[in-house]
Amino acid sequence: MSVDWYIGTEMKPMELFEITTEEISVDEVVGRLAEPAIGAVVTFVGLVRGETDGREVRCLEYEAYPEMAEETLRQIGDEIRARWETIRKVVIIHRVGRLQVGEIAVVIALSAAHRQDTFDALRYAIDRLKEIVPLWKKEVWADGAEWRSEQDPHLP
Amino acid sequence: MRNKRIRVHVRFFAAPREALGMGEIEIELPAGTTVGELIGRLTEMYPVLQPYTRFLSVAVNRAYVGIQTELRDGDEVACLPPVGGG
Repeated sequence: MSVDWYIGTEMKPMELFEITTEEISVDEVVGRLAEPAIGAVVTFVGLVRGETDGREVRCLEYEAYPEMAEETLRQIGDEIRARWETIRKVVIIHRVGRLQVGEIAVVIALSAAHRQDTFDALRYAIDRLKEIVPLWKKEVWADGAEWRSEQDPHLP
Repeated sequence: MRNKRIRVHVRFFAAPREALGMGEIEIELPAGTTVGELIGRLTEMYPVLQPYTRFLSVAVNRAYVGIQTELRDGDEVACLPPVGGG
């Protein structure tokens, strides 16, 4: 994987925090971090898994409160840069709609001059996303479907 | 002043949205109504929401708020079941 520098000032600044219905490309997301000062990029890629608790998953349906989700993703980026001064940029893209097994649901990537702090910051980003970003997923099986949240496994 | 009314826009997501069969409503309320009172009112109007209300978080104009928060005319109130992205 390579990072292509983008040159010139006419280019529209790329969104770093986005809810999208489109397929996500990891290379394209990592490319949004491009700048000469960075020496390390770490990424988390979340995929649709084909089973949960031994049950076969057909697909997942993700739903967002998109305006607030993008704002809370941006908040996570701000929190990370306040906590770890070495982190230069954070990009988080989450897909919504119906996703098939193996498709990418979320990509988190962050950049720094050196690798220290990047792994801790990455873990913080995904933990925080699951905690505060208004996103929901419905698991669809052959014989039913259910909205799932790690925060409250007992929701009816 | 006592009779003043406000209108708020309420949005629903995920399981409660499906149970309700719609994603948003406009509702008129007495001025000074709190978030907690609105949730109570909604549950009276739509008993189907009942199983979800004690798990809901609420956002007003895209920021999480407590149930004591007073609503203002034109607010967007979002009823958020436990989140689960990633």
